[in-house]
Amino acid sequence: MKQVPAEYYQLMEQLQAVDFVLVELTLYLDTHNDDLEAINQFNHYVKERKRIKKAFESQFGPLQQFGNSYSGHPWNWDDSPWPWQI
Amino acid sequence: MWIYEKKLQYPVRVSTCNPMLAKFLIEQYGGADGELAAALRYLNQRYTIPDKVIGLLTDIGTEEFAHLEMIATMVYKLTKDATVEQMKAAGLDGHYADHDKALFYHNAAGIPFTTQYIQAKGDPIADLYEDIAAEEKARATYQWIINMSDDPDINDGLRFLREREIIHSQRFREAVEILKEEKGKKKIF
Repeated sequence: MKQVPAEYYQLMEQLQAVDFVLVELTLYLDTHNDDLEAINQFNHYVKERKRIKKAFESQFGPLQQFGNSYSGHPWNWDDSPWPWQI
Repeated sequence: MWIYEKKLQYPVRVSTCNPMLAKFLIEQYGGADGELAAALRYLNQRYTIPDKVIGLLTDIGTEEFAHLEMIATMVYKLTKDATVEQMKAAGLDGHYADHDKALFYHNAAGIPFTTQYIQAKGDPIADLYEDIAAEEKARATYQWIINMSDDPDINDGLRFLREREIIHSQRFREAVEILKEEKGKKKIF
Protein backbone atom coordinates (compact mmCIF):
# COMPACT_ATOMS: atom_id res chain seq x y z
CA MET A 1 0.00 0.00 0.00
CA LYS A 2 1.12 3.56 -0.67
CA GLN A 3 2.36 5.56 2.29
CA VAL A 4 0.37 8.68 3.08
CA PRO A 5 0.78 10.99 6.09
CA ALA A 6 -1.53 10.53 9.09
CA GLU A 7 -3.21 13.82 8.28
CA TYR A 8 -4.40 12.41 4.95
CA TYR A 9 -6.47 9.83 6.83
CA GLN A 10 -7.73 12.38 9.36
CA LEU A 11 -8.96 14.86 6.76
CA MET A 12 -10.32 12.08 4.56
CA GLU A 13 -12.27 10.64 7.47
CA GLN A 14 -13.70 14.09 8.30
CA LEU A 15 -14.83 14.39 4.69
CA GLN A 16 -16.30 10.88 4.70
CA ALA A 17 -18.22 11.67 7.89
CA VAL A 18 -19.71 14.89 6.52
CA ASP A 19 -20.46 13.25 3.18
CA PHE A 20 -22.28 10.45 4.97
CA VAL A 21 -24.59 13.05 6.50
CA LEU A 22 -25.07 14.62 3.07
CA VAL A 23 -25.83 11.30 1.33
CA GLU A 24 -28.30 10.39 4.07
CA LEU A 25 -30.02 13.77 3.91
CA THR A 26 -30.09 13.70 0.11
CA LEU A 27 -31.96 10.39 0.01
CA TYR A 28 -34.21 11.50 2.87
CA LEU A 29 -35.07 14.77 1.14
CA ASP A 30 -35.79 12.91 -2.10
CA THR A 31 -38.84 11.50 -0.29
CA HIS A 32 -39.46 14.35 2.24
CA ASN A 33 -38.99 17.50 0.15
CA ASP A 34 -40.83 19.80 2.58
CA ASP A 35 -38.77 19.14 5.72
CA LEU A 36 -37.25 22.57 6.43
CA GLU A 37 -35.21 21.39 9.41
CA ALA A 38 -33.56 18.71 7.27
CA ILE A 39 -32.89 21.25 4.50
CA ASN A 40 -31.26 23.63 6.98
CA GLN A 41 -29.13 20.76 8.26
CA PHE A 42 -28.26 19.86 4.65
CA ASN A 43 -27.15 23.40 3.80
CA HIS A 44 -25.11 23.60 6.99
CA TYR A 45 -23.18 20.48 6.00
CA VAL A 46 -22.73 21.69 2.40
CA LYS A 47 -20.75 24.59 3.86
CA GLU A 48 -18.83 22.24 6.17
CA ARG A 49 -17.98 19.97 3.20
CA LYS A 50 -16.59 22.93 1.21
CA ARG A 51 -14.32 23.80 4.13
CA ILE A 52 -12.94 20.26 4.53
CA LYS A 53 -12.59 19.75 0.75
CA LYS A 54 -10.51 22.93 0.51
CA ALA A 55 -8.27 21.87 3.41
CA PHE A 56 -7.78 18.39 1.95
CA GLU A 57 -7.09 19.54 -1.61
CA SER A 58 -4.59 22.21 -0.54
CA GLN A 59 -2.44 19.45 0.94
CA PHE A 60 -3.20 16.34 -1.09
CA GLY A 61 -4.41 17.52 -4.50
CA PRO A 62 -7.72 17.47 -6.32
CA LEU A 63 -10.54 15.17 -5.20
CA GLN A 64 -12.55 15.67 -8.39
CA GLN A 65 -11.72 16.78 -11.88
CA PHE A 66 -13.44 17.90 -15.07
CA GLY A 67 -13.15 21.33 -13.50
CA ASN A 68 -14.67 20.58 -10.12
CA SER A 69 -11.29 21.11 -8.44
CA TYR A 70 -8.39 23.46 -9.19
CA SER A 71 -5.21 21.93 -10.57
CA GLY A 72 -1.64 22.31 -9.33
CA HIS A 73 1.36 22.41 -11.67
CA PRO A 74 2.19 19.92 -13.05
CA TRP A 75 -1.27 18.39 -13.54
CA ASN A 76 -1.83 16.42 -10.33
CA TRP A 77 -5.25 14.84 -10.74
CA ASP A 78 -3.77 11.53 -11.88
CA ASP A 79 -1.25 11.31 -9.03
CA SER A 80 -1.37 8.28 -6.75
CA PRO A 81 -2.71 7.23 -4.39
CA TRP A 82 -6.09 6.14 -5.68
CA PRO A 83 -8.61 5.17 -3.00
CA TRP A 84 -7.96 1.42 -3.18
CA GLN A 85 -4.20 1.90 -2.82
CA ILE A 86 -4.14 3.28 0.72
CA MET B 1 -23.03 13.27 -16.38
CA TRP B 2 -21.16 11.72 -13.49
CA ILE B 3 -18.15 13.12 -11.66
CA TYR B 4 -15.69 10.74 -10.01
CA GLU B 5 -14.38 11.58 -6.57
CA LYS B 6 -11.02 10.22 -5.41
CA LYS B 7 -12.41 8.95 -2.14
CA LEU B 8 -14.20 5.87 -0.82
CA GLN B 9 -17.65 6.40 0.68
CA TYR B 10 -16.48 4.64 3.85
CA PRO B 11 -12.94 3.55 4.80
CA VAL B 12 -12.03 0.01 3.72
CA ARG B 13 -9.52 -1.74 5.91
CA VAL B 14 -8.34 -5.32 5.59
CA SER B 15 -6.72 -7.28 8.44
CA THR B 16 -4.93 -10.01 6.47
CA CYS B 17 -4.52 -11.38 2.97
CA ASN B 18 -7.53 -13.69 2.54
CA PRO B 19 -8.41 -14.80 -1.00
CA MET B 20 -11.17 -17.09 0.28
CA LEU B 21 -13.05 -14.08 1.66
CA ALA B 22 -12.48 -12.28 -1.65
CA LYS B 23 -14.15 -15.21 -3.42
CA PHE B 24 -17.28 -14.73 -1.28
CA LEU B 25 -17.23 -10.95 -1.66
CA ILE B 26 -17.17 -11.08 -5.45
CA GLU B 27 -20.85 -12.06 -5.12
CA GLN B 28 -21.58 -8.42 -4.29
CA TYR B 29 -19.47 -7.25 -7.25
CA GLY B 30 -20.91 -9.26 -10.14
CA GLY B 31 -23.68 -11.33 -8.55
CA ALA B 32 -27.46 -11.18 -8.99
CA ASP B 33 -28.04 -8.93 -5.98
CA GLY B 34 -24.68 -7.19 -6.10
CA GLU B 35 -23.80 -3.54 -6.39
CA LEU B 36 -23.32 -3.52 -10.19
CA ALA B 37 -26.78 -5.02 -10.69
CA ALA B 38 -28.23 -2.46 -8.26
CA ALA B 39 -26.63 0.54 -9.97
CA LEU B 40 -27.64 -0.59 -13.44
CA ARG B 41 -31.18 -1.50 -12.32
CA TYR B 42 -31.99 1.91 -10.81
CA LEU B 43 -30.20 4.07 -13.33
CA ASN B 44 -32.03 2.27 -16.14
CA GLN B 45 -35.49 2.36 -14.54
CA ARG B 46 -35.30 6.10 -13.83
CA TYR B 47 -35.98 7.18 -17.43
CA THR B 48 -39.56 5.96 -17.35
CA ILE B 49 -40.46 6.27 -13.65
CA PRO B 50 -42.77 9.17 -12.60
CA ASP B 51 -40.95 12.47 -11.95
CA LYS B 52 -41.56 12.29 -8.19
CA VAL B 53 -39.08 9.40 -7.78
CA ILE B 54 -36.51 10.05 -10.56
CA GLY B 55 -34.27 11.88 -8.10
CA LEU B 56 -34.35 9.00 -5.64
CA LEU B 57 -33.46 6.39 -8.29
CA THR B 58 -30.67 8.62 -9.61
CA ASP B 59 -29.17 9.17 -6.16
CA ILE B 60 -29.44 5.58 -4.94
CA GLY B 61 -28.09 4.33 -8.29
CA THR B 62 -25.14 6.68 -7.91
CA GLU B 63 -24.49 5.55 -4.33
CA GLU B 64 -24.42 1.94 -5.57
CA PHE B 65 -21.37 2.78 -7.70
CA ALA B 66 -19.64 4.01 -4.54
CA HIS B 67 -20.48 0.65 -2.92
CA LEU B 68 -19.15 -1.18 -5.99
CA GLU B 69 -15.86 0.64 -5.50
CA MET B 70 -15.76 -0.36 -1.82
CA ILE B 71 -16.28 -4.04 -2.72
CA ALA B 72 -13.63 -3.80 -5.44
CA THR B 73 -11.23 -2.29 -2.90
CA MET B 74 -11.91 -5.13 -0.46
CA VAL B 75 -11.36 -7.80 -3.12
CA TYR B 76 -8.21 -6.07 -4.37
CA LYS B 77 -6.72 -5.73 -0.89
CA LEU B 78 -7.63 -9.28 0.12
CA THR B 79 -5.91 -10.82 -2.93
CA LYS B 80 -3.06 -8.51 -3.92
CA ASP B 81 -0.43 -10.29 -1.79
CA ALA B 82 -1.77 -13.82 -2.29
CA THR B 83 0.51 -16.45 -3.80
CA VAL B 84 -0.70 -18.68 -6.62
CA GLU B 85 -0.89 -21.51 -4.07
CA GLN B 86 -3.14 -19.39 -1.83
CA MET B 87 -5.36 -18.50 -4.79
CA LYS B 88 -5.71 -22.19 -5.66
CA ALA B 89 -6.37 -23.20 -2.05
CA ALA B 90 -9.12 -20.56 -1.85
CA GLY B 91 -10.89 -22.02 -4.89
CA LEU B 92 -9.84 -19.09 -7.07
CA ASP B 93 -7.89 -21.35 -9.47
CA GLY B 94 -10.50 -20.89 -12.20
CA HIS B 95 -10.47 -17.14 -11.66
CA TYR B 96 -6.67 -17.03 -11.72
CA ALA B 97 -6.49 -19.06 -14.94
CA ASP B 98 -8.65 -16.51 -16.72
CA HIS B 99 -7.89 -13.22 -14.95
CA ASP B 100 -4.75 -13.49 -12.79
CA LYS B 101 -5.52 -11.01 -9.95
CA ALA B 102 -7.74 -8.80 -12.10
CA LEU B 103 -11.26 -8.25 -10.82
CA PHE B 104 -14.12 -9.49 -12.92
CA TYR B 105 -17.89 -9.13 -12.80
CA HIS B 106 -18.93 -12.62 -11.80
CA ASN B 107 -20.54 -14.13 -8.74
CA ALA B 108 -19.00 -16.24 -5.97
CA ALA B 109 -19.50 -19.36 -8.10
CA GLY B 110 -17.70 -17.77 -11.08
CA ILE B 111 -20.81 -17.22 -13.22
CA PRO B 112 -20.37 -14.03 -15.29
CA PHE B 113 -22.64 -11.05 -14.75
CA THR B 114 -25.76 -10.96 -16.89
CA THR B 115 -28.48 -8.33 -17.35
CA GLN B 116 -30.95 -11.13 -16.59
CA TYR B 117 -30.30 -10.15 -12.96
CA ILE B 118 -32.14 -6.85 -13.43
CA GLN B 119 -35.68 -5.97 -14.42
CA ALA B 120 -37.43 -2.98 -15.95
CA LYS B 121 -41.17 -3.45 -16.30
CA GLY B 122 -42.13 0.16 -16.96
CA ASP B 123 -44.83 -0.14 -14.31
CA PRO B 124 -43.70 2.09 -11.43
CA ILE B 125 -45.09 -0.08 -8.63
CA ALA B 126 -43.69 -3.27 -10.18
CA ASP B 127 -40.28 -1.60 -10.62
CA LEU B 128 -40.17 -0.20 -7.09
CA TYR B 129 -41.23 -3.53 -5.54
CA GLU B 130 -38.43 -5.14 -7.54
CA ASP B 131 -36.04 -2.54 -6.09
CA ILE B 132 -37.21 -3.15 -2.51
CA ALA B 133 -36.75 -6.90 -2.99
CA ALA B 134 -33.28 -6.33 -4.47
CA GLU B 135 -32.22 -4.27 -1.44
CA GLU B 136 -33.50 -6.91 0.99
CA LYS B 137 -31.69 -9.66 -0.93
CA ALA B 138 -28.47 -7.62 -0.92
CA ARG B 139 -28.88 -7.04 2.84
CA ALA B 140 -29.25 -10.80 3.38
CA THR B 141 -26.19 -11.51 1.20
CA TYR B 142 -24.10 -9.09 3.28
CA GLN B 143 -25.25 -10.93 6.40
CA TRP B 144 -24.29 -14.34 4.97
CA ILE B 145 -20.83 -13.00 4.07
CA ILE B 146 -20.38 -11.42 7.52
CA ASN B 147 -21.33 -14.82 9.02
CA MET B 148 -18.49 -16.46 7.06
CA SER B 149 -15.90 -13.74 7.64
CA ASP B 150 -13.50 -13.60 10.58
CA ASP B 151 -11.86 -10.34 9.48
CA PRO B 152 -12.98 -7.59 11.89
CA ASP B 153 -11.86 -4.77 9.58
CA ILE B 154 -13.73 -6.18 6.57
CA ASN B 155 -16.77 -6.80 8.74
CA ASP B 156 -16.84 -3.14 9.74
CA GLY B 157 -17.11 -2.16 6.06
CA LEU B 158 -19.65 -4.91 5.36
CA ARG B 159 -21.85 -3.78 8.25
CA PHE B 160 -21.85 -0.25 6.81
CA LEU B 161 -22.94 -1.63 3.42
CA ARG B 162 -25.59 -3.85 5.03
CA GLU B 163 -27.08 -0.81 6.78
CA ARG B 164 -27.16 1.13 3.49
CA GLU B 165 -29.33 -1.62 1.97
CA ILE B 166 -31.82 -1.10 4.80
CA ILE B 167 -31.93 2.67 4.18
CA HIS B 168 -32.40 2.18 0.43
CA SER B 169 -35.21 -0.30 1.04
CA GLN B 170 -36.94 2.17 3.35
CA ARG B 171 -36.61 5.04 0.86
CA PHE B 172 -38.04 2.86 -1.92
CA ARG B 173 -40.98 1.94 0.34
CA GLU B 174 -41.62 5.66 0.84
CA ALA B 175 -41.45 6.15 -2.94
CA VAL B 176 -44.22 3.55 -3.33
CA GLU B 177 -46.37 5.50 -0.86
CA ILE B 178 -45.66 8.78 -2.69
CA LEU B 179 -46.84 7.25 -5.97
CA LYS B 180 -49.93 5.71 -4.38
CA GLU B 181 -50.81 9.10 -2.92
CA GLU B 182 -50.32 10.75 -6.32
CA LYS B 183 -52.57 8.19 -7.96
CA GLY B 184 -55.22 8.75 -5.28
CA LYS B 185 -55.12 12.52 -5.87
CA LYS B 186 -55.69 12.09 -9.60
CA LYS B 187 -58.86 10.07 -8.97
CA ILE B 188 -60.39 13.00 -7.07
CA PHE B 189 -60.17 15.34 -10.05
